[in-house]
Order: sequence, then structure tokens, then C-alpha cells
Amino acid sequence: MKAARGLMMMGLLCFGLNGFSQTAKPITKSVMDNGKAVYLSRCLACHQVDGGGVPRLNAPLDGASAVIAADKAKLIRIVLKGYSDRVEIDGEYYSNNMAPHADLNNQQIADVLTYIRNSWSNKASAVTAAEVKALRAKLK
Amino acid sequence: MRKNISFCLLALGLSFTTFSANAGDSTKLASKPILPDADNAGLKLPVGFGALKVADSVGRARHIAITDQGTIYVKLSRLVNGKGIVVLRDNDGDGRTEDKGAFGDFGGTGIAISGKWLYASSDQEVYRYALTPDGSLVNPMSPQKIVTGLINRRQHESKSIALDGKGNIYVNIGAFSNSCQEKDRQKGSMGMMPCPVLDSAGGIWKFDAEKSNQSYGDGKRYATGLRNVVGLDWNKQNNQLFVMQHGRDQLHDLFPDLYDQKTNAEKPAETMYAIKEGSNAGWPYVYYDPELKQKIVAPEYGGDGKKVSMDPAFQDPAIAFPAHMAPNALLFYTGNQFPAKYKNGAFVAFHGSWNRAPLPQEGYFVAFVPFENGKPTGQWEIFANGFAGAEVVTSTRVAQHRPCGLAQGPDGSLYVSDDSKGTIYRIMYNGK
Repeated sequence: MKAARGLMMMGLLCFGLNGFSQTAKPITKSVMDNGKAVYLSRCLACHQVDGGGVPRLNAPLDGASAVIAADKAKLIRIVLKGYSDRVEIDGEYYSNNMAPHADLNNQQIADVLTYIRNSWSNKASAVTAAEVKALRAKLK
Repeated sequence: MRKNISFCLLALGLSFTTFSANAGDSTKLASKPILPDADNAGLKLPVGFGALKVADSVGRARHIAITDQGTIYVKLSRLVNGKGIVVLRDNDGDGRTEDKGAFGDFGGTGIAISGKWLYASSDQEVYRYALTPDGSLVNPMSPQKIVTGLINRRQHESKSIALDGKGNIYVNIGAFSNSCQEKDRQKGSMGMMPCPVLDSAGGIWKFDAEKSNQSYGDGKRYATGLRNVVGLDWNKQNNQLFVMQHGRDQLHDLFPDLYDQKTNAEKPAETMYAIKEGSNAGWPYVYYDPELKQKIVAPEYGGDGKKVSMDPAFQDPAIAFPAHMAPNALLFYTGNQFPAKYKNGAFVAFHGSWNRAPLPQEGYFVAFVPFENGKPTGQWEIFANGFAGAEVVTSTRVAQHRPCGLAQGPDGSLYVSDDSKGTIYRIMYNGK
């Protein structure tokens, strides 16, 4: 019974991945350019030009598990709500608080997140304005 | 667990034995000249100076203290194998330490020696350990807790310490905020009035150096309006505490209409203050502008980037440095090894900036300020540079080594700790 359920889960997972790869659109230059513009004005000071963050003060984005994660909700939430949790991030603690950036519109947030998910050593799927909109509604 | 403890005791016992076997052999130590590394440990120094790496990869080496026998105690911000203080000894007299031990189950920044005691701090507490006449510890397993219950809210958590040799210890309690905004580091958020952070942080607290378990009620707020002090030292020439403040961040991010990115990179100054009881350096209400040489009203408190503060309560700095370089250690040099101009002057270790982006980052060096009778007599200068290992630091993580702690050895050598790669440097004067 357990094995059967496992197989079924695997089947679902494969189906899910298949479906994803068919619908994933290539990331356009204009999305990356728009994302970079938001990055330069909102993120650069703390996360630095190379996405490296500042050791022990501001968390890095380059190579960060939360940035490249398949679950994008956590990442969108950080931009909308800011971050001041005292938790270990990829084995390290960071002292500075991050302010919320909820004044950015859904497309700007989607673009900047797509940008950081596909810059430096990062390679991950795009974030859509619809995903930001849905989470923004849920957090209200 | 019990096995672990007995193993530790065994290890400590062994290191005590090896050390004391050599401690009496001063002729052996003195007969060997200590040579700098061929590349001066990668540092750029004034003519006549040389440097060597005393130890490497010791952990996140924050502040350091050295006994009269040359034993080096290093405070780590993060535990290594469960230990937060590293002890280093050079048994063969070549200047490089080959004997390494560790103790203390707390991470932190502060460490200092006063009389027969080694003091060390976590981010909430201050402890002390009795020293033996040969510079070892009487009992590394059970320190006396001097101060407890200090505020640690993640930001500016280091509790740096200095002692006056008259029974008092001065502890920095950094502000858990950038500029006391209603919403920390949020664009346009205004400052709280009065700033509630100052009740329990944003200043220097004075405690009895001998009493156990003191907290806020037992100590005294000695100086206030100091955002975050990591480097501080007692000046023995005029019996006064001097501190280095980390100036506020993000003028451009928070008030982009008043400050452009270039202005943000250059303001406010990093500042040194000569502290008296009751001193107020003005944080968060004002900051010191290195260009205008004035105390400027902070934008969170109605400033427009130019408005000069006329409040007589706020003290001027003894000397100002460029913005954001993060002064993490201050040391008044009392040795005789260096040329006369260095005597009683101040060395400042700059950890290096992050808030200058998109402009290149700066700092990552040890500066020197000439002093006479407890007052700076001239401009500051770069003393030791090259820690970062890069000509231009485009992002903070590019810097290989970051100066964080300073100590003077018994022979007058200057020691510098690096909390990035855990290197301990020794700078010596070889010129004649």
C-alpha cells in the first residue's frame, strides 16, 4: 500500500515537472533589464553589486537557497513584508533588518525577483506578476 | 559529555606543561631574532616596519589581548568546536605560535587584560578569568560572570570592553537600530522622539570590574548618543576613555531626495570621541559631516542634509574619518619598539565598508593618529594596508582579510586580528 502511494506520488511529481517545463517561458531581456533597474535602486546598497551581501550583516543573494528555491512564496513574502527574523540562513546569521518593499508594483517585484534568480551563479524559473498578486492578496 | 570534559582537561594540562617548560627559558627566546614574512604577510607598511602571520585560520577573530609573557588570547564571534576563546603561544621563539588551545563556551567580541584578570564578553555578558603569574588561566572552565542581561537585539550586538585599571569596566551597548526610525531602515520613516533605544543601548555603561552578576541597575550609563562603538581604549596619559563610533548608514536609501548615492558614500564621518562621564555624541539626532565639519541634524529628525545642530548637549569628535569604514578597534600605543612619533598615539583598525555601493568599498586598513597629552596633534594616516588583498573592493565579500582587533605585545609589537580568515598579524619595527 505504502509502495503504491509512493509510486503514485512519483507519477504526480513527474507529471508536475513535465507540465512545468512545457509552460515555462524563456526569460526575456526586457524582464532582466527591468529587474536590474529595480535591483540597482532598491537592493544594491545592502546586497552589493555581485549579490554577495555583506558577511554577517546582510544576507547574500548569490547562491542563496531561499533565492533559487522552487517555492517562490517565501521570496515574494520577504520583499513584501521585509525580514527581521533571527534565524540561520544557509549556516550563517545576519544582523541587519530588511525593510519591506510593498510599494513596488507586482510587475516590479516579479521582475526584480526573476533578475536575482537568474544573475551571478543563480539559475531558476521566473517569478510572475500573477504570483506576486496572489501572495499580496493572501498576506493582506 | 564527561569524556569530553576530561579530554579537555587533559589537553589544557598538556599545554600548560609545554608552556611553562619554555617560559623560564628567556635566553632562548631572546637569542632568536623574529623575522618578518618575506612578503610582510601581504601588508603595505611604512619604511622600517615588517609583518608576519603569527597564526592563521583561528576562527572569527574579533578582539585580542596579550599577556606580559606574550600569550595571545583571541575572542571568537562564533564558536569553533564549541569554544569561543583561542589561546596561542609561541614556544620556540620564532614569533609564530605553534601551541593552540581553546576554552569558553560563548561567542562574542570583547577581550582585555587588566591586572591579574582576563576579561571577555559575549553579546549579553561579561566574564573574567584569573591569570596565573605565567599568563595561563587558573581555571578556564569556570569564569566569574561580572555583567549579565545586556540587550542583544541582533543589530550592533558586540559588547566591546575597556578597563581603567582603577576597578571599573566600560562596556559598549550598541543601538539595536540604524537611526532610531519608527520603522528601522525603512525609507522615509521618521525618528522616535525621544529615542527610546537610548535607555538601554546606544552608549557606554560603566560597571564594577570585580562584582558578580551586575546588570543595568548596578551600572551607570557613562556616555550616550553613541550608535555603536566596537573600538574603545583607556588613554593612560590623561586617564580618559576614547571611543570610535560607527556612523549611521543609508542616508540615500532612506532619504533619496536629500542625499544622492555619492553623498551617501561620503557621509557621515566615522568619529572618535574623548569621553567624559555624561558625554553625549548626539546619535540619533545628529551626525557629523566630514566635509562641512559640523554636526548636522539627521533627516529622521527634521534635517535637510545641511541644517547644522546648535544643541550644546552634543559633543564634537576628537577626530573624524571618512564614512562607513567601520572602526572596530582602538589602541593607544605605549610601547618603545616603534619610532617616537607613535608613542601614545592611537591605532584604529578599520573593518572596511559596505554602505558605499555602488562606489568601491573603503577601509580594510589600520590607521594611525598622532597624539600628545591625550589630544590628536595632526591628521590621521594609513599605517598598515593590504588586508583586503585587492586594489579595488567592489563588494565587501571580495576583501580577503578584515582588521578587527588590536593589541600591543610585551616587546612593543602591534598585533592585528582578522575576523574573516582568522589571521593574526604581528607588525614590528626593524629600522634603525
